[in-house]
Amino acid sequence: MKAERPSEDKRWRLVDATMRRHGHHPNSLIETLHTVQESFGYLEAEALTYVAASLRVPLSKVYGVATFYQFFSLKPQGKHTCVVCMGTACYIKGAQNLLSSVESKMKIKPGETTSDGELSLLTARCVGSCGLAPAVVVDSEVLGNVSEAKLSETIGRLVQNEL
Amino acid sequence: MSSDASSNQSDSSVSNGTGHSINVCVAAGCLSSGSDKVKESLEHEVHEQGLDHKCNVKGVGCLGLCSQGPLVAIEKQKVIYKGVKQDDAKEIVESLDSKTVDRLRCDTDSPFFKRQTKIVLENSGLIDPEKIEDYFAADGYSGLTKALTEMSPHDIIDQISKSGLRGRGGAGYPTGLKWSTVAKAKPRTDGKKYVICNADEGDPGAFMDRSVLESDPFRVLEGMAIAAYATGASHGYIYVRAEYPLAVKRLRTAIRQAEKNGYLGNDILDTTFSLKIDIRLGAGAFVCGEETALIASIEGKRGTPRPRPPYPAAEGLWGAPTLINNVETYANVPSIIRHGGEWFAKIGTEKSKGTKVFALAGRVRNTGLIEVPIGISLREVIYDIAGGIPDNKKFKAVQTGGPSGGCIPADLLDMKVDYETLAQAGSIMGSGGMIVADETSCMVDVAKFFMEFCMTESCGKCVPCRVGTAQMYDILCKITSGEATMQDLDNLKELCAMVQDTSLCGLGQSAPNPVLSTLRYFPKEYEEHILHKKCPAGVCKMSGPEWAKEVSK
Repeated sequence: MKAERPSEDKRWRLVDATMRRHGHHPNSLIETLHTVQESFGYLEAEALTYVAASLRVPLSKVYGVATFYQFFSLKPQGKHTCVVCMGTACYIKGAQNLLSSVESKMKIKPGETTSDGELSLLTARCVGSCGLAPAVVVDSEVLGNVSEAKLSETIGRLVQNEL
Repeated sequence: MSSDASSNQSDSSVSNGTGHSINVCVAAGCLSSGSDKVKESLEHEVHEQGLDHKCNVKGVGCLGLCSQGPLVAIEKQKVIYKGVKQDDAKEIVESLDSKTVDRLRCDTDSPFFKRQTKIVLENSGLIDPEKIEDYFAADGYSGLTKALTEMSPHDIIDQISKSGLRGRGGAGYPTGLKWSTVAKAKPRTDGKKYVICNADEGDPGAFMDRSVLESDPFRVLEGMAIAAYATGASHGYIYVRAEYPLAVKRLRTAIRQAEKNGYLGNDILDTTFSLKIDIRLGAGAFVCGEETALIASIEGKRGTPRPRPPYPAAEGLWGAPTLINNVETYANVPSIIRHGGEWFAKIGTEKSKGTKVFALAGRVRNTGLIEVPIGISLREVIYDIAGGIPDNKKFKAVQTGGPSGGCIPADLLDMKVDYETLAQAGSIMGSGGMIVADETSCMVDVAKFFMEFCMTESCGKCVPCRVGTAQMYDILCKITSGEATMQDLDNLKELCAMVQDTSLCGLGQSAPNPVLSTLRYFPKEYEEHILHKKCPAGVCKMSGPEWAKEVSK
């Protein structure tokens, strides 16, 4: 029996396409969750239920996988994201201070989103731009050799409407 | 179509020596300093000055010196320009047939360039990673052609064994031995065997694999194809981090082009050998670098390791014999097949052959990617190639091997970089990250940083790792906040030994390494923190109950 799409949203077609490409095999779970996250920005509860039913994997297992991997998010992200790299090279070059400066400026902790939904603050294990440490990824653009002033200015520009 | 034709034309005038090739680095490092815009400006300038017919601007892989990006190399003039801005495009294009632009020149006679020996990175910075034709021109796929037409699987494994190549992912297991185990293994009942490329480069501070995949993806595919032929596999997977979108994109392009040209897919090069390669995206779990966890993740499950044996070589992906090698290991293979195992075995030390790619980062002048013969001394790498420590600071330690490795102090700088020597010093070769710390870093804090990493990344399956790392982290927090006693230090040492001996997989077994190595080489720093409540480097705040806050969080 075919699972019913949660809504008319066209993005479900992308999700279906991924599952079809893998023949709705249970082992395509992670690939499918990647597509859901790419299309919707996060994994909402009904998406997990839908994927579980379509791939015939118990919902508990889907939830287990979704929470195991750091890359998947169960909460919606803000309009903009700021990912501070906390890899060794960045750490040695002061990433901790960058993170604290954003925390105090925006009054949020890593993993949280500002109350107006403008900015999400995240940390990464390593974005692989160690030659440019410390690195920060703002809206999927990598900024290298970031200083507190530079970061503050970049974020200020993004969320200026609110300030 | 027309643009294709014109680029072919300029290619030919470039190759017959009358034209110019302007190579702009478009690997992740330079891209983030704006090299894509520089490339556009250069293309625009070439067009403006009417040089389309004899000048080819191409995006290439990593040129190595990431800290000075964006980098632009002019092949014919043999110069590399650093820190190029869009406004410099005009001057660079105008100067192609005359004097070089000296204010932008990078000193290519410096040890950073001269001391390197390139095998894995030989095409990096020379070829366009999105064009298989460029790879052909660089002798690409001649290794696979030779393997398929002139060699038996047995011959290939023989050459790999002779070369002395060892796994570049960290543990250094002899590659030839691994291949022959998989080759001898009985296939699953449906005749299947698999090859897997481990591109889940999780070590913070390491970006070698990302760079290889972004700069020369075909090389990895060719290595995998040779491995599949030698071991009897017909299906391959590349497990790559989702955090590397550019590498994923280039791999997809490379797979498509290789299939189109008959180097992947059915009946490769009109032989009976077939190979299909799929990409699987990692999702941010460090433990998936461990081979059994990686296999679980490809199978769509939580990435938790399982006890070995059975090793993946006997029972791996979906129960079939599976060969797992790291990106850099596969990238060495085409060269070994092309030049022979003996050629490769001439490079390196007695037990560790060939070259190793290292990612230099931290407090050094030149950060970036280098490839050096194994056996070079740490001093040469840090003071000659990396240019030493900037800002008149003093060298304190170099961290190799990521969270599984250790910190090596100044008095061991003359030590050789090879698998055995590093292990004796309490560290590991690891995948190749080298992070230099100067006097402004506190070694207890560094140990705490890695322990926090291991604690968070522990998959939770076995108790020693899940609970032990958390306990060790708590003690380190106590030390760095000035609340610890000497009894805590003894407890810490005891925990290190326990976690090392009893954890299920490599993550737990090696998690105590950063603590053990800093305890071994910097015991005074620990004592200062505990007995005098002082952090010699001034990093730790020693503010008391910070630890309590962290835990309640």
